[in-house]
Amino acid sequence: MSRGQNILRGVVLTVGAVAFLFPFYYMIIGSLQASPDSTPGGAFPNPANLTLENYTDINSRINLMRGLLNSGIFTGGVIVGTLVFGVLVGYALAQLQWRGRGVTFALVLLVQVVPFQLLMIPLYVMIARDYGLADNYLGMILPFAINSTAVIIFRQYFLQVPRDLFDAARIDGAGELTVLTKIAIPLVRPAILTVVLLTFIGPWNEFLWPFLVTKEASMQPLAVALANYISNVAATAANPFGAVLAGACVLAAPAVLLFIVFQRHFVSTDIGSGVKG
Amino acid sequence: MSTTATANPAAGRSTRSPGGRGPRRRALLGKNPIGLLLSAPYLVFVIVVFAYPLVFAVYMAFHDYFFAAPGAQVDRPFVGLANFQEVLSDPAVIRSFGNVGVFLLINVPLTVVLSLVLATALNKAVHGRTFLRVAYYVPYVTASVAVVGVWLFLFSGSGLVNQLLGPLAPDPSWLISPTWAMPTIALFVTWKQLGFYILLYLAALQSVSKELYEAASTDGAGAVRSFFSVTIPGVRPATVLVLLLSTVTGANLFTEPYLLTGGGGPNGASTSPVLLMYQKGIEQGHPGTASAIGIVLVIGVLIIAFLQRKFAGGDES
Repeated sequence: MSRGQNILRGVVLTVGAVAFLFPFYYMIIGSLQASPDSTPGGAFPNPANLTLENYTDINSRINLMRGLLNSGIFTGGVIVGTLVFGVLVGYALAQLQWRGRGVTFALVLLVQVVPFQLLMIPLYVMIARDYGLADNYLGMILPFAINSTAVIIFRQYFLQVPRDLFDAARIDGAGELTVLTKIAIPLVRPAILTVVLLTFIGPWNEFLWPFLVTKEASMQPLAVALANYISNVAATAANPFGAVLAGACVLAAPAVLLFIVFQRHFVSTDIGSGVKG
Repeated sequence: MSTTATANPAAGRSTRSPGGRGPRRRALLGKNPIGLLLSAPYLVFVIVVFAYPLVFAVYMAFHDYFFAAPGAQVDRPFVGLANFQEVLSDPAVIRSFGNVGVFLLINVPLTVVLSLVLATALNKAVHGRTFLRVAYYVPYVTASVAVVGVWLFLFSGSGLVNQLLGPLAPDPSWLISPTWAMPTIALFVTWKQLGFYILLYLAALQSVSKELYEAASTDGAGAVRSFFSVTIPGVRPATVLVLLLSTVTGANLFTEPYLLTGGGGPNGASTSPVLLMYQKGIEQGHPGTASAIGIVLVIGVLIIAFLQRKFAGGDES
């Protein structure tokens, strides 16, 4: 490997990293500016122009705590559904023999191919109009409660466990439920963390579906509340960019922090196997 | 797949599991019928939130479907292909498909090239790998709604980008220019999603055999030559996947035109089919028309995916 190539690679990687990170840096700087400064000098913190006013401003327009709480409930519900269905079906597909197993696995793969956008209108008619679940956490969570990628990840983990382990427990007199809770679930604990992390960013960042089913401000996840603020009322604020960017920081922070803390667990192979099936 | 286990019904086991699990029942339900019980809630869900809506979408596309009070008996006549006719002769719909075409022509090649180059560089990097990994994935894990705010600020008329470009800045500015609105959105989505594709390529690069690189270098190939002759063919299955996923993501474009260009502006220059589905199906109350757009869109994506597989898939796939 020549010196020139090393330098070139360093330059490519650095330029890439700057291009990826600069908007985030600019988001924080912009959220702290008393008046928006879009000159090149504005990209550097200027003590005379720093304030936390934007955060109180956005909080008076959209209730940040309420938004975070709604996002949390929506995300939590989706994660619980994903884990329960993922573990049960993944275990059944990998370790048990039952009629319909082949068909079920084919369905798991097929479901991944159906684009949500095609289902969006019928799901809206069903959930918001027929079932009356508009402005309801259940209505938000329902379409995302099963996650076939998670089923595939868990099936993959369970396949690596020798079947004898489960048979041995059954010989010792353990019932199927005991085998599941005492042996199967503890074995896939690492997969549970991966799936929680992968699932978290989906509903937390989701905009389209909660936007369709929540019209009441008090039920909107933060992403929806902020988007409505951007598209409707930003023009009336004293410093619209500052307020929007302050809201953006609050929305981005939990996902980014979680990712940085657990970045080791975003392993390429897990996502690869999940996507490729 | 489903084992019926009739040849050797493992005689010892049936004595350990009481409850009449005789050979006949085993033949009917398999060795561990509890598997079906564990999967039943999932299967019910698949029917409720996937299978039924899918059928419902097709039904609506062929009927004059409109919203009515819950429980009210209303006549929604079968209209055959009328919804499709209406959709395909609507210039706004045609334009939205054209816009997605422009989007894909910019986004897909840019995504494939940038993610492969960055993944290759990252794969060989020695210093600061963790930092670089985090830097590349952060846009992917952040909500579109949040980063849209920064892009609005950066690309506004007097935003930082135009300040830096000075006299070269386009007028009207990026997001309100009929020419530049869609390319700016394509650039945004490329930047936002790139981390995910870098991740896929990094995984694929681990499976390219080291001996091939050594053989290439013995034969006198430089780094550039081995990139083209070893790396690119080596990661071809990943490339097919990246092509497919970025096409599907592009076809499902909604949040970015809704927020970045204020609902597909200027004057429909950045409308996407999904945005039109929302406007027609939910805002204007014509779910039949919206479903027809959805079906046309899915058929379009399937055709593109098939062509990509045919031309980029190579012999092995």
